[in-house]
Amino acid sequence: MDAILLQILNGLDKGSAYALIALGLTLIFGTLGVVNFAHGALFMIGAFCTVTFNNLLSFKRVTLSETELSPWGTPLEIQVPYVELWFGDFGATMIDYSVFWSILFAIPVMLLIGIVMERGLIKHFYKRPHADQILVTFGLAIVLQEVIKSVYGANPIPQPAPEAFVGSIDVGALIGMAENSVIYPIWRLVYFLFAAVVIGGIFAFLRYTTFGMVVRAGMADRETVGLLGINIDKRFTAMFGLAAVVTGLAGVMYTPILSPNYHMGMDFLVLCFVVVVVGGMGSLTGAVAAGFLLGILQSFASMPEVKDFLFGFSIDQVIIYLVAVIILLTRPRGLMGRKGVMET
Amino acid sequence: MLKKLRTSDRALMVLFTVFVLATPLLMAPLGAGYPDLMQRFAIYGIFAIGFNILFGLTGYLSFGHAAFLGVGSYSALWMLKLLSINIVPAILFSVVVSGLFALLIGFISLRRSGIYFSILTLAFAQMSYNLAYSVLTPITNGETGLQLDLEDPRILDNASEGGQLASPSLFGLEMGDTAVVPFLGMDLQFNVGFYVSALVLIGMFYLSLRIFRSPFGMILRAVKSNQTRLNYTGFNSRPYTLTAFVISGMYAGLAGALLVCMDPLAGAERMQWTASGEVVLMTIMGGVGTLIGPVLGAGIIKYFENIFSRINDSVIQDWFSALPDGVADVLVAVVSPFLGSGWHISLGLIFMLVVIFLPGGLVEGAGRIMNLITRLTQARKTASHRSDDRPSDDDVSSEKSSPGSVNTRES
Repeated sequence: MDAILLQILNGLDKGSAYALIALGLTLIFGTLGVVNFAHGALFMIGAFCTVTFNNLLSFKRVTLSETELSPWGTPLEIQVPYVELWFGDFGATMIDYSVFWSILFAIPVMLLIGIVMERGLIKHFYKRPHADQILVTFGLAIVLQEVIKSVYGANPIPQPAPEAFVGSIDVGALIGMAENSVIYPIWRLVYFLFAAVVIGGIFAFLRYTTFGMVVRAGMADRETVGLLGINIDKRFTAMFGLAAVVTGLAGVMYTPILSPNYHMGMDFLVLCFVVVVVGGMGSLTGAVAAGFLLGILQSFASMPEVKDFLFGFSIDQVIIYLVAVIILLTRPRGLMGRKGVMET
Repeated sequence: MLKKLRTSDRALMVLFTVFVLATPLLMAPLGAGYPDLMQRFAIYGIFAIGFNILFGLTGYLSFGHAAFLGVGSYSALWMLKLLSINIVPAILFSVVVSGLFALLIGFISLRRSGIYFSILTLAFAQMSYNLAYSVLTPITNGETGLQLDLEDPRILDNASEGGQLASPSLFGLEMGDTAVVPFLGMDLQFNVGFYVSALVLIGMFYLSLRIFRSPFGMILRAVKSNQTRLNYTGFNSRPYTLTAFVISGMYAGLAGALLVCMDPLAGAERMQWTASGEVVLMTIMGGVGTLIGPVLGAGIIKYFENIFSRINDSVIQDWFSALPDGVADVLVAVVSPFLGSGWHISLGLIFMLVVIFLPGGLVEGAGRIMNLITRLTQARKTASHRSDDRPSDDDVSSEKSSPGSVNTRES
């Protein structure tokens, strides 16, 4: 029982990331009908927003100490971040919590990137074949990835979680099981809660606001909504921006779990495409459900018991693809796919 | 063999053969006349031709073709290890294995079309990559990559080489052998490996030409232009697309086998999505659905990969050393991110520009330029006719050589 709970928890953080990215992908599929191969790059850019913001915050003033000497005999350099100089303890806390502050930094950045991408490039591809859309966003993904590589280098840049969230908690004891049976890193729980809030927010936004209602109507029948005199293009552009923000935030919060590197975007993108296909192209609920499902499945597949059962083959690397194959052979439209989405 | 072709195709075939065989001569002045690079031109040319049979004819965009390249590489290397150092069984075996692999993947992926197909092939390629990297380590040797070994059994020709690794050969002709011929102050390198690949390339080009002109090719084109209508006319198109998929998978396997024959080392990174993306880039860059385009694209991308990526900051500084310091520094700062290790940025940008403005690739570009030239000459003719009646137009017609003036005249 506790082993199962642990695997479910283990799957949640990856599943949350899959769900968030897949949600962003599906928002773009569903509204604009564009396959965005540059979506992984958005996830990566989100992660690098954290790096940038952290670097900005910890921009240090260097002074030479008059009394102390470094081991080399030169005067010791004292490095104090400017934020700490200006705000004292509050500044130190701010640096500690930079991941959360990065969210505020990332939202406008990602929104801007999303809107520029849609208006500047993808807008011109609505009437072109899907292959062209894939190809041009693929080219964009290469460019973005390589730009990040040339700016930040090829090595991963570790980002610490806030000190209060470092370490693990005993989830088992909290829910009345034996102590030390289910121990789980705190940040992963935070990530899951964050993902849940964002996903809930998006769904509420689409469900309960007029804007969301119009967008849903546009997803169902773009032409009719346009004929009713609503500028649906403008709203879809906003949705592209929103999708970029969701994906970027997924990246921002994921940095303490996985040190940002330039190819993380593509690594996740391939999996998230599979997630979207399994969930059903164009179905938001499907994308989220499949994201969590596949994340959890992946963590179960990495259990040693499973490996023993399969004569020593570890299938955690390929389980997602196998499931995708089975789903597509039995339910070609995915778990919750609707008829007629992206089938031409 | 050539009799069955149309005259224009026959001319194309002859021209292609001449150009391919003369590559060492043509590439030497461009600084690309060394065997390793020329082998890559030919091998990736084969890969791209095969990809084009699928994407160019049927319009199915596979994003996982590198998987077949990798499978071909591994199986060829196993043949070199187990059976014989001769490359013939290795190539044959790898073509068969990659064909079977393509049959399996194609059978599943072709159940969906459009984006789903691209995503499925991408997923399969990534799965193969992961498998090769971790689970199948006994077969693929994981991270290290598979290579020849002194303890290889090599049933057919296990003569002791005195503690030296054998190098792959074709009935005694070693792939690495190169004849260096001085010519006009350049060293022309005629390499056995390159000529083997070149002959295979020519053969494969001929095959693709025949496929393009056959009724089978016609059906594949029909799939591209309107599959639904084709199905309504009573055609079951899936066997045809599957055949195209398998053929192009076999081409990829052949290319993978040749890669291993030239340099007996196979690593999992050959199957990564970037490698699949590369062949897409080559085909698009040269011209999708054209015969010569993919080879052209493969050559250009491999050429620039080698030339651009070797340019480092000091070379760039050399270029601008004649300029005043301030200007030179600015230019170096602007140019250097796009060259050397960052040449992928320029590749991505060029690729995007091609997709946006020139979806038909370089072949379409060349076609447009040809059109422009014919229009230019026609415009000149009409202008000279007119100038007979109205001598005052003389200044205009003398400016005819610049394309801009013609365009304004036409509009």
